[in-house]
Amino acid sequence: MNIYVLVKRTFDTEEKLVISNGKIQEDGAEFIINPYDEYAIEEAITVRDAHGGEVTVITIGGEEAEKQLRTALAMGADKAVLINTEDDLEEMDQYTTAYILAEYLKDKDADLILAGNVAIDGGSGQVGPRVADLLGINYVTTITDLQIEGTAVKIVRDIEGDAEELETSLPLLVTAQQGLNEPRYPSLPGIMKAKKKPLEEVEIDDLDIEEDDVEPKTETLEIYMPPKKAAGRILEGDLSTQVSDLVGLLRNEAKVI
Amino acid sequence: MSKKVLVLAETREGALRNVSFEAIAAAKQIAGGGEVVAVLLGDSVSEFGAELVNYGADRVITVEHPHLKSYTSDGYGQAFMAVIEQESPEGIVFGHTAVGKDLSPKIASKLQAGLVSDVTAIEGEGDGAVFVRPIYSGKAFEKKTIKEGITFVTIRPNNIAPLAREERSGDVSSLSVDITNLRTIIRNVVRKSAEGVDLSEAKVIVAGGRGVKSADGFAPLQELANLLGGAVGASRGACDADYVDYSLQIGQTGKVVTPDLYIAAGISGAIQHLAGMSNSKVIVAINKDPEANIFKVADYGIVGDLFEVVPMLTEEFRKVM
Ligand SMILES: Cc1cc2nc3c(=O)[nH]c(=O)nc-3n(C[C@H](O)[C@H](O)[C@H](O)COP(=O)(O)OP(=O)(O)OC[C@H]3O[C@@H](n4cnc5c(N)ncnc54)[C@H](O)[C@@H]3O)c2cc1C
Ligand SMILES: Cc1cc2nc3c(=O)[nH]c(=O)nc-3n(C[C@H](O)[C@H](O)[C@H](O)COP(=O)(O)OP(=O)(O)OC[C@H]3O[C@@H](n4cnc5c(N)ncnc54)[C@H](O)[C@@H]3O)c2cc1C
Repeated sequence: MNIYVLVKRTFDTEEKLVISNGKIQEDGAEFIINPYDEYAIEEAITVRDAHGGEVTVITIGGEEAEKQLRTALAMGADKAVLINTEDDLEEMDQYTTAYILAEYLKDKDADLILAGNVAIDGGSGQVGPRVADLLGINYVTTITDLQIEGTAVKIVRDIEGDAEELETSLPLLVTAQQGLNEPRYPSLPGIMKAKKKPLEEVEIDDLDIEEDDVEPKTETLEIYMPPKKAAGRILEGDLSTQVSDLVGLLRNEAKVI
Repeated sequence: MSKKVLVLAETREGALRNVSFEAIAAAKQIAGGGEVVAVLLGDSVSEFGAELVNYGADRVITVEHPHLKSYTSDGYGQAFMAVIEQESPEGIVFGHTAVGKDLSPKIASKLQAGLVSDVTAIEGEGDGAVFVRPIYSGKAFEKKTIKEGITFVTIRPNNIAPLAREERSGDVSSLSVDITNLRTIIRNVVRKSAEGVDLSEAKVIVAGGRGVKSADGFAPLQELANLLGGAVGASRGACDADYVDYSLQIGQTGKVVTPDLYIAAGISGAIQHLAGMSNSKVIVAINKDPEANIFKVADYGIVGDLFEVVPMLTEEFRKVM
């Protein structure tokens, strides 16, 4: 089976975030594979091990994203592709990202494409379904279980807490929700092997994409921290005073009850 | 320039969802004096048309088809594209719900359009509308506009106020659409969420974490929630420990909520949890660890044992309500 995983290198939002000059400071920040993409990688490896074939991980990003691709290779992916837009594109949005990924994938005859359901930094959840639409294949989002037999596919997906059971077929794009599996950690031999696995780098010229085709449709005017709340008030005194103060504050100051 | 804006209205358990009324209000703002047309898709939905008008839609279009009984991106996609073809809108608003999240990128892709997802506020109106959305798990915000083409956004439930309900009149018409070639067949939906409560629309949420220690431990939280007319939610910690079902989970993986009052008991405040609730209007934290991260986003905090504090709080509210 010909399996592709869309992987995004994301800012680790567990770490401190600093904005200066209207930009998120990246120097010294921690970057990771988007956690939902780790579920996608794990699932891809499991499917390959059961059905044979090859797992290729793809990312759009700069040179630094090689690190996340190597991690995916160390987990067990077979090949990696870095679509390096660093020198060509100043600005991108979900339209752009999906367009480039679909241009790369359009002649690859993928049976199964996996993505994360959402990136923890950009947070739109658009890229997976957009790519599927551009490729003309079906998609199912926020999946928590995947069973494949031949080209028949059975899926359980999370819909706002309820579990929907459905059937569809390959070729297909799915997006991973937490609960799908437990991503493995790269093993030491895995890390050694990953160094020798193929990592191809392409630029948008190689994909016959004109810069005009990938002009973003949206524009970010401003990035900012939420207005600092007045420091939360930790109530004091004995517990019953705290409790009655709290009820008073919720009724009279915050006016929410 | 004023715009014609389409709104995808949604129902849940036989009633319209609040987010659909909020989407009408958002659409009004984007329309800048133009027309707002609500769209209802399903097997039998025309009865809901009039209520959408009462909440401010100028007109309603229904598409009814047996294949629209359950949501599939193919079925809803074909139906919504047919409405777009008929109406040629300049704007579209969906709720950032399971359906909205799944369908909006497909429609945006077909229209080769930009899409601003998970909007929590709109500044300005008409062509000047600017969209505010949380990024980086809610640690920051961005302001976005759409540079060209249709103005397409999804809105986070409970953030944009609906218009006041008034008896209004407006046309409810139906469009017949051929729905073919569904590539997905829905076999079953296992309902896990509690009957009636839609966490994403609740005005008060009492949420428990691993600190609640057992399924029984949730009883006092439920009692407080009932008294306040709210719902119970949970952290992943509590769900993983099997105290409550995953359908109550709040956070990046679970539900994203914006109640007026969020009471977090025995929840440490991991970023993935905060991503789902930090926009709440007022946050109360009850935790025995004064260093717990949840206090950083709380408006009011009580450092103490939740098993003592929560029942006392219920008693105190009972006295004054
Ligand atoms: C050079 C550069 C410039 C940029 N400029 C801007 C800008 O000006 N304004 C702005 O708002 N954003 C900008 N971005 C960010 C970028 O547009 C978005 O992060 C991207 O479109 C993904 O959107 P998202 O984060 O909402 O992902 P989501 O749609 O939430 O991601 C869902 C899933 O799609 C897949 N996916 C997402 N992104 C990628 C990727 N890059 N490679 C492979 N798979 C992916 C993953 O599987 C992910 O889990 C820029 C990015 C780059 C690399
Ligand atoms: C990809 C990914 C997605 C995730 N998505 C989510 C998500 O959607 N939602 C989510 O919640 N988490 C999510 N998580 C998990 C998250 O990182 C945390 O592990 C989780 O939120 C912790 O739950 P908790 O606060 O209940 O538990 P803990 O962190 O164990 O905290 C328990 C708290 O209870 C307090 N406590 C204990 N006893 C008492 C007492 N008697 N009285 C008062 N306080 C007491 C303790 O001081 C402590 O602060 C995700 C993680 C990942 C990696």
